[in-house]
Order: sequence, then structure tokens, then C-alpha cells
Amino acid sequence: MHGVAVDPLVTNLTVFILAIFVGYHVVWNVTPALHTPLMSVTNAISSVIVVGAILASGGGPLDLSAILGAIAVAVVAVNTIGGFAVTERMLEMFRKKDPKGKK
Amino acid sequence: MTLSPNAVALLYLVASVFFILALRGLSHPETARQGNRFGIIGMLIAVLTTFAVINRLDLAVGALVVGGAIGWVVAKRVEMTQMPELVAAMHSLVGLAAVLIAAAVVNSPASFGVGSPIPAGNRIELFIGTFVGAVTFSGSIIAFGKLAGLGKISRLFSSAPVVYRAQHQINLVLFLVMMGYGWGFVIASPDGQWPPFLVMTGIAFVLGVLSIISIGGADMPVVISMLNSYSGWAASGIGFSLNNPLLIVAGALVGSSGAILSYIMCKAMNRSFFSVILGGFGAAEGAATGTAEQRSVRSGSPDDVAFLLGNAESVLIVPGYGLAVARAQHAVKEMAHKLSRKGVRVRYAIHPVAGRMPGHMNVLLAEAEVPYDQVLEMEDVNSDFGTTDIAFVLGANDVVNPLADTPGSPIYGMPILEAHKARTVIVNKRSMASGYAGIDNPLFYMDKTMMVFGDAKKVVEDIVKAIE
Repeated sequence: MHGVAVDPLVTNLTVFILAIFVGYHVVWNVTPALHTPLMSVTNAISSVIVVGAILASGGGPLDLSAILGAIAVAVVAVNTIGGFAVTERMLEMFRKKDPKGKK
Repeated sequence: MTLSPNAVALLYLVASVFFILALRGLSHPETARQGNRFGIIGMLIAVLTTFAVINRLDLAVGALVVGGAIGWVVAKRVEMTQMPELVAAMHSLVGLAAVLIAAAVVNSPASFGVGSPIPAGNRIELFIGTFVGAVTFSGSIIAFGKLAGLGKISRLFSSAPVVYRAQHQINLVLFLVMMGYGWGFVIASPDGQWPPFLVMTGIAFVLGVLSIISIGGADMPVVISMLNSYSGWAASGIGFSLNNPLLIVAGALVGSSGAILSYIMCKAMNRSFFSVILGGFGAAEGAATGTAEQRSVRSGSPDDVAFLLGNAESVLIVPGYGLAVARAQHAVKEMAHKLSRKGVRVRYAIHPVAGRMPGHMNVLLAEAEVPYDQVLEMEDVNSDFGTTDIAFVLGANDVVNPLADTPGSPIYGMPILEAHKARTVIVNKRSMASGYAGIDNPLFYMDKTMMVFGDAKKVVEDIVKAIE
């Protein structure tokens, strides 16, 4: 066994499966009242795919890949910024109202 | 600036942890905003780290500014009633990005540290990422159109399911053909890899369209959750192709989150996941049933309702889809406010599928400045109906149908809000048309029930005027 590297696929699969379990347990704890913000924030989080797009846009020479990458960055940056911003806006509404507002 | 591969990997790990903390924060409204901040920090770490390892920044930064500005404006302007459309549109963008990135890898694998020619294993991962991304993209566009009510522009966006002959067989054949081209891409030589890749992607786009057009408007809460899940799996798929654990982790978190939401929505609608996916159901409301026997209902005016509410000690408001459509939430808040000044205890009972996406009604009420501690979930509130003077049902139907307790009923087993247990029930609806399940609702014919017909907003505004 010594000297034989583990295929990256196996490492990736390990990470993937464990992350599914983490996601499963964390998300069941989310209160149903916040399921819409949950969806918008997961949307923003899935836009981390922007990392791949940035690599494509600037990882190599200025070729077709760089152009495709730049388009992908622009497309998904809408989520990256918009997803977190709209979640923030929604959660702002869920703040506890101050007592004098309640009467 | 140069970062060693190990430093990059560790920073990505930190970002992953922040994403997990972001989801964790949403377990309570008090901690939710902090959770969102964690998400932002995670994203900043991820993006800045990636900036540090690339050769040219101009394209990435420029594109980020353009897309980010659009996202910012949209996020600030969108109405809360439009959240389902916005979320669907955003899912489609993640899907599109996945396809574009995969194409970029196919074009020059070396820029991503992927071997050239691309090893078969990476090609399989690219194929999966592209396929899921493409289905997410086109499927979400259809879902967006349906949610935004674009049915007039194209029949593809009609909220009624588009059904055609042998649709399952056609979809299956297309899927198999796509798999065939996918395999062709996996075994292709570097010179011949584009044709199978492009054909495979094209078929996946078509499949995304076909799989969502056959799903009816009423099933949209499931569809939108499902596409949420797909967008996560697409990100994971790209993460596998790029050997990037951050994308894999974030994608898996999103994927499982969407899957859980789909499950919750299916359960709340008493539908099996497969019957939703296979589609053809969820037709527009009031579709069928000639069974509505002529039974008498007691109907009242907004003045009557105002009188009853004013003399009650406790009121539970059950808001439904009809309230969201009529945008009556602000009027309802006003009514509740007036009532509580008269000493009436007003609270809200929320069914998981009230609204057009998971948790949508909670957001609409929060926007109308209803304090969240007055808004109760189904499990917590059901035992309270028996001791409540008035259950006021606004634009909800199936979710308060007591037939759910009757074996043999089409909605048997569906979890409902037990409004029928309240001492008096007031129901606002536009007409006696049946709900999406297409069955009659005995609640409307009970002796203690009063029906108030009319648009929810108009009715509630009249009630507000009549109180005092």
C-alpha cells in the first residue's frame, strides 16, 4: 500500500458524503418559518461555483475558456451578491419588534 | 501574492465551515442574521483566495462587478410576493454557470490543473456536472415563467401542466440518448470531444424543459425546492471535476437542504415525490368534481365578522394562498392590531404549504410587521384550536379540510390545520370553488361556520373599517 496515492475521486467522495450528512442534520434544525430565507441563502452559497468561474477566467491564457469563465462569473455573481442581500433584507423583517410597537 | 496549494486548501476549508455556520444560524430568527453574515464571510474568503491564485484579475473582477451590481439592484427592488420567481431565476443562473465552467474545462483543462487530455474519470464528473447544470438551468427558467405568470407569453410557462402523448416514454428515450452522448464524450479523443459534449448538453436543456412543463402550478413549492437541490448537486459536480472540496461541500449542503425541503413540501401536500416529478397533476384549482351537492352555507358580511371578532377572546388567523394572491397581508396586520387593542388575543396558524414556496407566508407576514412570535407552525398550534373562540380562514381551503381524517378521501393523511375544532369558524373565499385537491370541504357547511365571500384584501379592509 505504501507509496500508492489515493485517487482524488475517493477523497472527494469522502468529503461529499460527509458534507451531505452535515447538511442533512443542520437543515433539519432550521425553523420552518425561515425556509424561504434558507432557500435564498443556500442559493447564495451554491454560487460559490463562482470560484470555478474565476479560475476559468484567469487561470490560463486569454482564450475561449477565459471568456466562458468571465461570462460564468457575471452570471453567478448575480446570486453571490443578490442572494445574500435579499436574505439580509428578509431577515431584517424577522427582527423582534420593540415592545412599544406592540402595544 | 502567492499562496501555496496547502494554504488555499485550508482557506477553502475555513470558507466551508462558515457556510455550515450560516445554515446553522437559521435555526432561530434571533441568530439568523448572524448566520447570513457567516455566509458572506465564507464567500469573501472563497473569492479572495481564488483571486490570489489566478494570473489575470481584470476579467474576473469586471464580471463580478457587473453581475454583482445586477444582483444588488434586484435584491433591493424585488417584492416579497415575488420571492419564488427570484429564487427560481437564481437557480437557473447556478445551472448556467455550471455548464459554462464545464465547457471552459473541456476547452483548456490545463488552466484548471486537470490533466490534458482529460482523464476518463474527470470526464464522467464533467458530464454529470454539465447534465445536472443544464437541467437546472432550463427547468428553472420554466419554473420562473410559471411562477411569474408568463403563461400568456408562451404555453411552456402555463401554470396548467402541459401534457402530451407518451411523455414519459419520450423523456426516457431522450435521457438514454443523452447518456449515450455523455459516454461518447467520456471516450472521445481530444479532437472529437466537442460534438458529443454539445449534443449531450443540448439534450439536457430540452430534458429540463420537458420535465418541468408537465408539472402544475400548485406543485411549485415542491419543484422550486427540487431545483434548489439540483443547483447544489450541479455545484458539487463541478467541484468533483475541478478537485475542489469547497465546491463539493457547499454543493452538498445546498443539495441536501433542497432535498429536505422537497420532502417537507411533498409531505405537507400529501403527494409522493415521484408523482410530482412525473407530473401531469396539480391542474388549476377547481378543476373537477361534479360532486358538490347543494348544501347550504351560512354567509355573512364583513360587518358581521367584525362584530364576531370584536367580541372574541382569542382568534387564530389561518392565512392561505388566496391571501398571498390578494396581497392582503398588510390589511390583516391592521385588523389584528385593532383587535389586540380591544383585548383580543390574535395569533396566526401557518400550514407548511401556505404560500408559493416553503416558508413564504412567514416572510409575507414578517414584511407586514407581524411579530414572528405570534406566527405559529402547524405542529405547535393545532392543539390550540379547541380552546380558540374563532378560527378565521383567509384564502385557504385544502389545508383546513377535515376530510383529511376520513379514510378513503383523496386527501386522507394530509396534515391539516384543525380549524374545525374552534368554537366558531369564519372562512373568506372568493367563491365556493374547490381547492387544488378538487374536493369539497365539509368545514364550509358546519353549523358554526360563517362564509364571507369576496377578495381577501377587500373583505379584510371592510372588516377593519367595521371594527369599533
